Amino acid sequence: MNTAAVAPLQPSMLRRLSTWFYIRPRLFLLTLLAPPALWLGVVYLGSLFNLLAQSVFRLDEFSGQVVYEVGIGNFIDLFRAANLDVIVRTVVMATLVTVACAAIAFPIAYYMARYTNGKTRALFYVAVMLPLWSSYLVRVYAWKLILAKEGVIGWVFASLGIEPVLEAILSIPMIGGSSLSFSRLGTFIVFVYIWVPFMILPIQAAIERIPRSLLEASADLGGHPSQTFRKVIFPLALPGIAAGSIFTFSLTLGDYIIPGVIGNSTLYIGQVVYMHQGMAGNLPFAAAFSLVPIVVIAVYLTLAKRMGAFDAL
Amino acid sequence: MSAVSFESVSRLYGDVVAVDNVDFEIQSGEFFTLLGPSGSGKTTCLRMMAGFEFQSSGTIKILGEDCANKPPYDRSVNTVFQDYALFPHMNVRDNIAYGLMVSGVGTKERYARTDEMLSLIHLPDVGDRKPSQLSGGQRQRVAIARALINKPKLLLLDEPLGALDLKLREQMQIELKTLQRQVGITFVFVTHDQQEALSMSDRICIFNKGRIEQIGSPDDVYDRPESEFVAQFVGSVNLLKNAQAKHILGIDGTAMLRPERISISAADANKPSRLTGWVLEHEYLGPYIRYQVAIDDQLTLIVNQPNPGHLSAEERFARDTRVSLDWDDTAVHAIQGGKK
Repeated sequence: MNTAAVAPLQPSMLRRLSTWFYIRPRLFLLTLLAPPALWLGVVYLGSLFNLLAQSVFRLDEFSGQVVYEVGIGNFIDLFRAANLDVIVRTVVMATLVTVACAAIAFPIAYYMARYTNGKTRALFYVAVMLPLWSSYLVRVYAWKLILAKEGVIGWVFASLGIEPVLEAILSIPMIGGSSLSFSRLGTFIVFVYIWVPFMILPIQAAIERIPRSLLEASADLGGHPSQTFRKVIFPLALPGIAAGSIFTFSLTLGDYIIPGVIGNSTLYIGQVVYMHQGMAGNLPFAAAFSLVPIVVIAVYLTLAKRMGAFDAL
Repeated sequence: MSAVSFESVSRLYGDVVAVDNVDFEIQSGEFFTLLGPSGSGKTTCLRMMAGFEFQSSGTIKILGEDCANKPPYDRSVNTVFQDYALFPHMNVRDNIAYGLMVSGVGTKERYARTDEMLSLIHLPDVGDRKPSQLSGGQRQRVAIARALINKPKLLLLDEPLGALDLKLREQMQIELKTLQRQVGITFVFVTHDQQEALSMSDRICIFNKGRIEQIGSPDDVYDRPESEFVAQFVGSVNLLKNAQAKHILGIDGTAMLRPERISISAADANKPSRLTGWVLEHEYLGPYIRYQVAIDDQLTLIVNQPNPGHLSAEERFARDTRVSLDWDDTAVHAIQGGKK
C-alpha cells in the first residue's frame, strides 16, 4: 500500500454503544428487561407480599394499634355471616356483570371484526372507547341522574304510559328498590355499562384472528352457520371472552365507587376494604379482605383453564 | 354427465371483471387443473364451485344440477384450502371427523372412519395431536383426509402444495395422483405452477385475465399451444413473429420453438445448419445447460443442451463461441390467430 488510505471515520459514541450491545444480545435484553422486572418483582409483588404479611396481624380493639403477632383471626372473621354475605353478593354481582358484558359485547365485537375495515372500524374503536375519555366519576353520577325517579328512564316509561312495568321490575325482591338508582338492578346496569368496553376489545381481537378460511372450511364440510358458530367461532373466540371476563370480573370485584353511588347501600368487597383501611384503621383486616378477590380470581382462572378457555391460544 | 359445467359464467367485483364469460366442462373422474397467473380468475372459479362465491351471471352446474343459490354446506363438494384451514382448537382426529360430526354421525362410526382416513394418508398415529404439532406435509395430508371423509363427488384443491418445499411438493404430486386413482373422484386443482399442472393433470385449463386461453391435455398445451400466452406461460419458449417466422421457419404469423428441441453444436462451415449465432450467456442447470444464442441483433434464441454428464470442454460452449443450431421440422409449431 503506497497510497495513503483514507482514515476511517471515527464512529460516534452512540454507534459504538449500539455495536457493543449488538454483539452482546443477552446483555441488551437484560438492560431492556431490568426496569419492568424490577417494577414487577419489587414494587408489585413486594406490595402484594406486604399485603399478605399484613393480613396475619390483628388490630388491638382497645388501643387501635396494630399488634404484630401472627394469627389467622382475620381469615376466620372473613367467614362471619356479615362478611360472607358481602363476599357472596360481590361474586354473584361480578359473575352476572361478566355474563351480561359478554352477551352484549359479542355481537358488537363480531360485527367489528368481520364486517368493518379501515374507516368504519376506526369509528367503532372510537365509539367503544369514547366513554373512557371522560372521567369515570362523571359517568357514574350521570347514570345516577339517568336512573333516578325523575330521570330519563322514568320519563320514558311515564311518557309511554307503561310505568307499571317499571314499578313491577322495581318491586322484585333482591334486585328492586325505590327507584332504579336505589336498586341493585341499577348497580348492575352501571357496572355493565362501565366495563363493557373492556370486554368488546379482547373479543374483537380474538375474532379478528380467526382466518376466514376456517369458516369456509366449516361450511364446506357441511357445517350450517349455527354449527360453524358453535364449533369454530365460539371456541376460537373463547380466549378473548376469557380475557375480557378477567377485566369485567376483577374490576367489579374490586370496585367501591359504583355500589356507593348507585344501589341500595348494601356493601361490596371494595367498600368493606375501603372502610376498614380508612375510617376504622384496621389495616390487617382490610388486607385479609382484599385477598378475597385475588383468591376468587385465581379460582376463576383455574376453572376457565379446566374448561378449555385457553386451549385455542 | 359432466361433473361440473360452466356456461357463460362471469364474476364481477364492482367494476373489476374477475371471471369473464367462461365456458368449460369437467368430466367425471377427471384430474382437471385450472392454471394461470395470480389474478387470472382461476381461484374465483374454484370458489364458485365450492359455493363461497356466486357468479354475477351465467350458470354453474355440478353433476348436472344448477347450484345458483346453493350454499357450500348443501353441496357434495369439498375443498382442500391453500392454508389447509385446519381447526387449531381440535386435534387431528376431530378435524378429520368434522364433516361427519356436523352431519350427525355417531361417535363410534365417526372415529372408525377417521382411522380409515388416517391410514389412507399414511399417518395412522397422529390422531391425538394438534395441527400445530404437525409438519407442513402432514397438515397437507390431514386437510386432504378431512375433505375426503364426506365422500364428495368433487374435490377442489386450491394451490394446496404452494407452501411445501420442492422435494415434498414433488412427492405430494405423485401421492395426489395415486390418491385420485384410489378414490376415483373428480379432482379440480388450482395452481400457478405449470410444472405441477403438467405432471398431474388429465386436462389443463389455462386462464388469463379472467378468460380461458386453452383447454387441453398436458401435451396439447405444451406442444400445441393455441396462443402466445399459453406458449409462454407453460414452459420456456422461443417465439418468432412475422418476418422472423416467415424468414427462418417459413410460417405466417407466430411460431414456437421449444428450447429443448433445438440442438446446438460448434459452427462448422462444412456442415450446413439452419442457423448460426454467438453464445451470449450460458447457465448450468443440472439436467441441461441453457444458452442464450444471438442470431442477429433482433433475435436471441434460448437453447437447452441436455447434460449427459460427460460433455467435454469443447462440447460446452463458452461465451462468444460461434455455434450452429438445428431442429426437426416437427419442433416448429405455428400459433394460430397470432393473438397478442
